[in-house]
Amino acid sequence: MATMQFDLVSPERKLASLEASEVQIPGSEGDFTAMADHSPVLTTLRPGVLKVKAGSDVSEYIVTGGFVEVSPKATSVLAEHAVPKAEATADFVNGLVEEAETAAKNVSGPDLDMANKRIADTRALLDLI
Amino acid sequence: MANLKDLKMRIESVKGTRKITKAMQMVAAAKLRRAQEAAEAARPFADRMNVVMGNLAGASAGSESAPKLLAGTGKDDVHLLIVATSERGLCGGFNSSIAKAARVDAEKLLAAGKTVKILTVGKKGREQMRREFAEHMIDHVDMSEVKRLGYNNAQDIANDVMARFNAGEFDVATIYYSEFQSVISQIPTALQLIPATFEADEQAEAPFYDYEPGKEDILADLLPRALTTSVFAALLENAASEQGARMSAMDNATRNAGEMIDKLTIQYNRSRQAAITNELIEIISGAEAL
Repeated sequence: MATMQFDLVSPERKLASLEASEVQIPGSEGDFTAMADHSPVLTTLRPGVLKVKAGSDVSEYIVTGGFVEVSPKATSVLAEHAVPKAEATADFVNGLVEEAETAAKNVSGPDLDMANKRIADTRALLDLI
Repeated sequence: MANLKDLKMRIESVKGTRKITKAMQMVAAAKLRRAQEAAEAARPFADRMNVVMGNLAGASAGSESAPKLLAGTGKDDVHLLIVATSERGLCGGFNSSIAKAARVDAEKLLAAGKTVKILTVGKKGREQMRREFAEHMIDHVDMSEVKRLGYNNAQDIANDVMARFNAGEFDVATIYYSEFQSVISQIPTALQLIPATFEADEQAEAPFYDYEPGKEDILADLLPRALTTSVFAALLENAASEQGARMSAMDNATRNAGEMIDKLTIQYNRSRQAAITNELIEIISGAEAL
């Protein structure tokens, strides 16, 4: 099966760099799966779970805001916060929820809708871990 | 001639100083390695971010709807200078050189009739800026509790700066920090944060991406993150520079202490010999007189 280069980086470190066969991405306009030879897409992320398949190995990461760049040969995910799902604790996610709530305080109009969606998305993570 | 006991005490005290500076140098070396690793690890994110922002910003530059963070307020009357320095001293000219760069620019801006506001990060910069620009200081970010510099620290600063920008407190923001070149060379640098500048890479073929959501939305979403990334990168560079500067400052101090010990030891030995000779002469002349 065709593979592509997959990179997951956060501002503090590089979390993963490997040949992956498919990547499930929580995009801000909906989840999608990128495989080799996907058409080039640039999209922003919403808080969610990123699933990477490399052969039979599956690894999952919790990611929050950032963006994804998909090209036929490579997918790179730049997430503001990213942790392997196994290492994520409720405290960590609660911290994210709090951060999202603080961010929602100073906005209005369409931005408020976005901020509320971010809170909801982040809260949903609590059920997943 | 200083008496022997005093000399002996001074030698001991300089030896103590040398031990301390030597230890500080070694601690700085270890911290430098960690700081460099952190800066290294942050680079892929910042680079990628800059490339994408360069593409996006290039496309929307000049358009009416360009976000304010990118296009600016259209004025440049009020300047915010963010002076990032360290919390601790004993690192050579590190803090002074950053403060000096900021001071020179602040004086230029004031001479041109602009309003200057100063936000300091790190105690040492605040002390230095306060001497001349006390009435311009608006806030201070205390980093003394921060053990390990994280993205969150940068986020706090960037959010604060953006909130002030949105409230119309300033038109242009510039961050002053020191770029790490090597242990002996750190370059004080000024980086304009708002309006944001990105170097669009002309060579790189801009792939025909589908943008989801639209380009403008992505740009608006990513700009604050790009700004935070710039602040984070500046803080990391600063951390590495601080340790580098401290390491070479302490290396010099250790060497100077060594030289001083040698000098004092020679002086001590000479005095001792002079005292002995004196005593001998006294004894001999006493014996001769009998």
